[in-house]
Amino acid sequence: MDVGTLAFSALYQFGDAFAFLVLSACGLAVIFGMMGVINLAHGEFIMCGAYVTVSAAHAGVPLPLAILIGALASAAVGALVEILIIRHLYDRPLDTIVATWGLSLIFTQGTLIVLGSTMAGVGTPFGSFTVGDYSYSLYRLVLCGMAVVVIAGLYALFNWTRFGVMARATIQVPHMAAALGIDTRLVYSLTFALGAGLAGLAGGLYAPTMTLVPTMGTTFIMEAFVTVVVGGADVFLGTAPAAAILAVVKASMTSWYGQLAGQIGLLMAVIIVIRVLPRGISGFLLRERA
Amino acid sequence: MNALSRFFARLEGPQTLGRGPGFWIGFLIVLAGACAYPLFSDGYTVGNTVYFFTWIFMALGLSLIWGYGGALSFGQTAFFGIAGYAYGILTINFGAAYGFTFVALLFAVAIAALFAALLGYFLFFGRISGVFLGIVTLSVTLVLERFMAQTAGPEWKIGAARLNGFNGMSNMPPLTVPWPGGDIVLFPDVQLYYVVLGMLVLVYLGLRILVNSPFGNVLVAIRENPERAEMLGYDIRKYQLGTFVIGAALAGLSGVLYTSWGQYITPSSMGMTAAALPIVWVAVGGRSDLTTTLVGTITVLAVFQALTIHGSQYALVVMGVMLVLTVLLAPRGLIYALARLLARPFSKRASNGQPGDA
Repeated sequence: MDVGTLAFSALYQFGDAFAFLVLSACGLAVIFGMMGVINLAHGEFIMCGAYVTVSAAHAGVPLPLAILIGALASAAVGALVEILIIRHLYDRPLDTIVATWGLSLIFTQGTLIVLGSTMAGVGTPFGSFTVGDYSYSLYRLVLCGMAVVVIAGLYALFNWTRFGVMARATIQVPHMAAALGIDTRLVYSLTFALGAGLAGLAGGLYAPTMTLVPTMGTTFIMEAFVTVVVGGADVFLGTAPAAAILAVVKASMTSWYGQLAGQIGLLMAVIIVIRVLPRGISGFLLRERA
Repeated sequence: MNALSRFFARLEGPQTLGRGPGFWIGFLIVLAGACAYPLFSDGYTVGNTVYFFTWIFMALGLSLIWGYGGALSFGQTAFFGIAGYAYGILTINFGAAYGFTFVALLFAVAIAALFAALLGYFLFFGRISGVFLGIVTLSVTLVLERFMAQTAGPEWKIGAARLNGFNGMSNMPPLTVPWPGGDIVLFPDVQLYYVVLGMLVLVYLGLRILVNSPFGNVLVAIRENPERAEMLGYDIRKYQLGTFVIGAALAGLSGVLYTSWGQYITPSSMGMTAAALPIVWVAVGGRSDLTTTLVGTITVLAVFQALTIHGSQYALVVMGVMLVLTVLLAPRGLIYALARLLARPFSKRASNGQPGDA
């Protein structure tokens, strides 16, 4: 095996890990970065997106459209949750965690009761290609591309659109934004729905690659937590570089000792990072620039 | 008599509800009732009650960390699991003779406490607080669960003890009291009930002394305002770490008692759902007081089991609903609100300002 195929293999594994971290974390990061709320039902929004996507695909909807439907369904549930529960708890961030954990219990168990312990999935599209001696799934490359698209899309949304400006104003000085005529409650609802929708998107994108069970959210949630903790409160200066660094840790540990070692490596990394950089990478970068 | 009244004085203070002769007479009546309970019941039901009791230590530990210290730890079940597995590994390897099970209990609790000290060092000395503390401790718990779940192969054994992956360990000896006329094996029955009840009373009274001591007052000060507590010269990191370790040791005690009670321990006892349950008990009961936590935990466990008999699938949904409603409607806990309501006519302090919600 020559250097080129080795390098490609390493790059592929890095890209795969990077995509997984970015996609599973971005919804959580948007909600945390914008609202200071950690959504423990994040995994269940991912599960919701995956289930809706697969149901739509079974009904004959083409997969890309089905994924979009999954994301929208998840966003709708997110908006509902924000209006019913989260809205009343903004001054109590710790209680939000507890309440969303209650939601997570309800959603997981509710799905188990209503839809049973598993659901027939859809096959992974696009097939595979070979480089050197190994074969690679083309769909994983698509996921990697989607991760980049999501980050770019979020950057565009928050910097170049009217909603983005209003959202950032609301986050920085809420009462000032309200005084300028921004409906801050609506902005919070939309931001939460956006985060939930991104979670649903992650679920929809990964639905063809995994088994659909009501507890599938927990597969994502550890990685999402770790990325957000390492990244800190800023989506662009935090989540993206954190995902890149953690992807190196995860990909190298996984290829040496297996998937669990990858997770343990992530956990070790996060514990060391919080000891050194308690406010995450974005806290570090922002302080450097200021 | 003087020494006794001084002892009682240390049990009471601003950090606990329930004071004065009325409360303690009630306490003694409840205790006497608890002692007499096996006389009116059969061994199976008593064994089942012990099952409730085993969880209370973990809940009291969480009340100390979260309710008094204001640090939201989701890692209680990690320490529970570590101690449970440690007890299993030790007793399977060394047997139950000469009262070794109680040595194993101490070692297992110490291992859980040591792990908590290590983790807590990175967390509190890294000045992690608020929501991050919760998600890091939860991540540790989830990874630990997955680690134990993949130990199915024969290469995963410590001495004679196979870890057995997802199915968990079983057949470790229960706690055994060495006795001249033959060891007393504490199966889930009346004897175990009295041993655990004794431990519970000791832990409850010990924690009351702790939270009403200067240590407890500083802890509550940290919960209310960490910066101010620090400006007053307290190294809040040490206080938080100490609390975290004590809470973890109590969770470890729960783990050992649970493992000894059922003679098994599985990775799912650390999972996402298992980790949520202590939060439900403590939040619903009223985390900022030991007594309401105790009463709340027993109540919620009883409700949970009653529901499980009728339809186990719905029990967890009800737990989730209960948690959400508690946070929205009675953020300081249902039992706590009830206790405040009952205490109001008897106490002037009850009408004073409420300390802020952490």
